[in-house]
Amino acid sequence: MIVSIILKKLKQAVTDLLPIILVIAFFQIVVLKQPLPQMGEVLFGALLVVVGLTLFVQGLEMGLFPIGEAMAHALARKGSLFWLLCFAFALGFSTTVAEPALIAVAAEAAEIASAGGLIDSSQETLKQYAFGLRMSVAFSVGLAILIGVMRIIRGWPIHYLIIGGYVLVMLMTTIAPPEIIGIAYDAGGVTTSTITVPLVAALGVGLASTIRGRSPLLDGFGLIAFASLLPMIFVMGYGLIIFR
Amino acid sequence: MAISVEFIHNFSKILLSTCRDVLPIIALITGFQILVLRQPIPHLRRLVVGGVYVVIGLALFLAGLEKALFPLGKIMAAQLSDPAFIYGADAIVLQADWKAYGWVYLFAAMIGFATTIAEPSLIAVAYKANEVSAGTISQWGLRITVAVGVAFGISLGTFRIVTGTPLYLYILVGYMIVIVQTLFAPKSIIPLAYDSGGVTTSTVTVPLVAALGLGLSATVPGRNPALDGFGLIAFASLFPIITVMGYAQFMHWLSQRKK
Repeated sequence: MIVSIILKKLKQAVTDLLPIILVIAFFQIVVLKQPLPQMGEVLFGALLVVVGLTLFVQGLEMGLFPIGEAMAHALARKGSLFWLLCFAFALGFSTTVAEPALIAVAAEAAEIASAGGLIDSSQETLKQYAFGLRMSVAFSVGLAILIGVMRIIRGWPIHYLIIGGYVLVMLMTTIAPPEIIGIAYDAGGVTTSTITVPLVAALGVGLASTIRGRSPLLDGFGLIAFASLLPMIFVMGYGLIIFR
Repeated sequence: MAISVEFIHNFSKILLSTCRDVLPIIALITGFQILVLRQPIPHLRRLVVGGVYVVIGLALFLAGLEKALFPLGKIMAAQLSDPAFIYGADAIVLQADWKAYGWVYLFAAMIGFATTIAEPSLIAVAYKANEVSAGTISQWGLRITVAVGVAFGISLGTFRIVTGTPLYLYILVGYMIVIVQTLFAPKSIIPLAYDSGGVTTSTVTVPLVAALGLGLSATVPGRNPALDGFGLIAFASLFPIITVMGYAQFMHWLSQRKK
């Protein structure tokens, strides 16, 4: 019984990974016409990936989804808007501020800005610039989750907010320094980590299913969309303020 | 046994950084439970076990990727964008010819598709969407639609790097399409479509795609990695929104026609 469940989950994970294996094998053998290097290492790595993905999905069902929903239910029952918004902001800010991908991008952005002559190249300035960038991204993700939660509670239609955000991004693109635009666009993508996404999704769906008159499908999703839109606006804003 | 020692060292480093990812979440939830909600968490044991599974699973997943797939993918990205492979060994290239990069576009599309299918955050969101929609949104349907969007986006992104056209033009046109689609797409798909833009780019896609972008902009004549290497991730998070809404519109249109 348990064995068959485990086998089924493992099979699922293998299916998830099959495309990558096929693509790499195809290009290696047909296009580049080279044998796969270090076959043993690759197979061992693939095995780890399969086991890891299986465990991760199992953990989602057992841990991350239920805790996200439990927090949403508990906070909605408490009925205090202040604490709910506090939780939303803190969740966004705290999971983003230490995100390794963001630290890497911020450091790289500082290098580019100094190479472009926008800031002087002393270590102190570079660090300060990267730190400011990181803080503005983390703050924007916190604010994004807060706005998203507010939207679920009030039932605002999502498309006005998102389209408004896009228009703002477009307008800012025309006046922001070119060195920051690429980073700003990418910042939206790197902020949402693999552990934050399920938690935030469960929080949104949990809230939407607790509050009367909200549909989980219409109102529960959208938090991640805010979390990838607002950083773009804030990073460009940061660029505009710093470089003026 | 040098390899295994190195591997264990590597794995513990990844495990540690995954734990650091979870730390703020644990602190926040415990803090709220004790200070604000003042209630015990139901099924605590099960939640803790689930959390441990997530951390260990993710660490194994990343360690395996770093061991097997990332090095291979990065080498391949470098080989495919190498001028010696594209123009032949002896050619002297001063101006990039966008027609010569066919294999690069194909590789970009296929690796974009394949990594998106394996992306754990997309698996999570598809799982939730399927549950919430009572089965009308199929997990595989959503994941494949998103993956097609990423494939198209990254392929177009590499084309942009080769031709050197400005990034913002593509993004602005993409936003226009999203805005127009939003007006006509079925209301129930819109939030999910917007979300699918954000979830596509995390643990699996970003490292491979970033390597492709930086490698390509370093080898294409006249490109600057600092300016042109960025932006692929933006493509990967924009186009899934378009394909998810497009797919919903198509299904809606089909069901209308049947009536």
